[in-house]
Amino acid sequence: MDPETLLQLAGSSLRLATPLLLACLAGLWSERAGIFDIGLEGKMLAAAFTAGAFAAVTGSAWLGLLGGIGASLLLGLLHGFASITLRGNQIISGVAINFLASGLTALVGQNWFHQGGLTPQLSGAARFEPITLPFAAALSQVPVLGPVYAGLVSDHNILLYLALAAVPLTWWALHRTRFGLRLRAVGENPAAVDTAGISVTRLRYGAALIAGLLCGIAGAYLSTAMAAGFTREMTAGKGFIALAALVFAKWRPWPALGACLLFGLLEAIGIRYQTITLLGWTVPVQLMQALPYILTVVILAGFVGRAVPPRAGGRPYVKER
Amino acid sequence: MILARPLATAAALLLGTSALFAQEAEPAVIFDLGGKFDRSFNQASYEGAERFKAETGVGYHEFELQSDAQREQALRRFAEQGYNPVVVAGFSNESAVKTVAPDYPDTDFVVIDAVVDLPNVRSVVFREEEGSYLVGLLAAMASKTGEVGFVGGMDIPLIQKFACGYVQGVKDTNPEATVLQAMTGTTGAAWNDPVRGGELAKSQIDQGADVIYHAAGGTGIGVLQAAADAGKLGIGVDSNQDYLHPGNMLTSMLKRVDVATYTAMMDAKNGSWTPGVQVLGLAQDGVGYAVDEYNKPLLTPEMLAAAEEAKAKIISGEIKVHDFTTDGSCPAK
Repeated sequence: MDPETLLQLAGSSLRLATPLLLACLAGLWSERAGIFDIGLEGKMLAAAFTAGAFAAVTGSAWLGLLGGIGASLLLGLLHGFASITLRGNQIISGVAINFLASGLTALVGQNWFHQGGLTPQLSGAARFEPITLPFAAALSQVPVLGPVYAGLVSDHNILLYLALAAVPLTWWALHRTRFGLRLRAVGENPAAVDTAGISVTRLRYGAALIAGLLCGIAGAYLSTAMAAGFTREMTAGKGFIALAALVFAKWRPWPALGACLLFGLLEAIGIRYQTITLLGWTVPVQLMQALPYILTVVILAGFVGRAVPPRAGGRPYVKER
Repeated sequence: MILARPLATAAALLLGTSALFAQEAEPAVIFDLGGKFDRSFNQASYEGAERFKAETGVGYHEFELQSDAQREQALRRFAEQGYNPVVVAGFSNESAVKTVAPDYPDTDFVVIDAVVDLPNVRSVVFREEEGSYLVGLLAAMASKTGEVGFVGGMDIPLIQKFACGYVQGVKDTNPEATVLQAMTGTTGAAWNDPVRGGELAKSQIDQGADVIYHAAGGTGIGVLQAAADAGKLGIGVDSNQDYLHPGNMLTSMLKRVDVATYTAMMDAKNGSWTPGVQVLGLAQDGVGYAVDEYNKPLLTPEMLAAAEEAKAKIISGEIKVHDFTTDGSCPAK
């Protein structure tokens, strides 16, 4: 395999990993605060639709992004209201959000644009186009570093860089700030946090909103950066793969990056090498395409060791009387 | 409501026996997964129905399938309600039509892309390999790198048929050319995944392809987008898709699903509907390649001449384009 192919494969992995990474971090914020979030998929889908619709109507990808984040935040608040304020079952609320988003996007899309749930095709400023970083052309002659910089680091859209930046930010906020410490404590032992005079409800709502924000960016990435418009069910299960990555990463930001990149790489390989001949036996396309899912199961079952979720995860907090 | 339904059914049964009803019945059309506005296969069917509506003033009823489970339900519902003919497009409907059609002998069914041998079913199939051959020829002539791509939707013999004709067209024109082939998936979801389609196209462009042909329904929108984003050429399918990216669309392989839908509805209206198998190829103008104001600048006179010559030779039988579905293999690699 020549270096150029490797670079192209790496670039493809990055692009495919980005929505997973954003959703995975969203799940991380939410679950670290003790709220299980099955609704990542739904929030992403709603955001993808709203971003695509707003970008089509206004002609601006940035307004699309804002709209997408807004839709995702609303669903995040809904999840918060059901599971924090009303102390409902978090799994059920999440599943409900997935169904709600799946139905609403199709219905609203059909009534708005009359194109069977699609949004109009986006072009120009209504999309996030790849940006070429400075000196990419100049440096491309430098051996090794040049091609890597020009071919892998440069030429992605802004949301991808944003997703990568979200990893150290999440790590820093969760592990180096007072807010982060309290948030993690809420996920482990909310009673202790409450005793210290800090509002459990407010912290958990904060986490739900951050999750909403990240899912919003992920959705906008799908419809305004990767594709040019929204199509029905375009998230195609990415929210659930992100959840698997989250377990795989044991709810930590840096391993989450690794896990999402691995899933991205597996998908990129499946896309690029549809037919591989191994020792005279042609690997069927079906196997190549199922590979990411098979490996997900294998990795989750065998290699992670014990993944312990935040102790208070899934349980609504009830003050002692 | 409880009372009304048996009454309506009884009335429909009574009316169904009269010849008058057969003329006044409204047609129904069922769109396959991928959706009515996939800008490709289903949309062609939709346009045919719209043309019928515009020309005759007779309305039609429609249903968009959301899952495989709905195929039989939708067919039964339309037949039950007395619509005639019931047009259903998509190879996956073969077994559903086979099951439902015998129960409604007075309803005319039309299935596109599949063959069902029943006295009240018209099956319309296309010689996609012939149209694909011509766009393959054009792709080979337009390519500067000598590498062209193909992105299929679901990995099924029908799509292999497109791929095989395309490869043959490319190779006959430029034996040195390489064709990169990829399929989107193995389930119905493969018709509606533009993100994956775009990534497949990007991967082929990375490997040197500069013309990419898709036969992937809604997924193809992502393929054509990726080709246009990279400044390469895309080839559309089923409907004329040249308008999607003017300047970056070499042509579209036309498969006149719209004509099949329109003709079926018209025939039923005029009382000239016949069951049996219709095979539409280049000779019947059932398939072809698109030339319009969007891609005129890209097609040189030499390319058009070569395509027309090949078309004549295919019709006369001088060039034999292999049909993948006859033996499940493709001689051209």
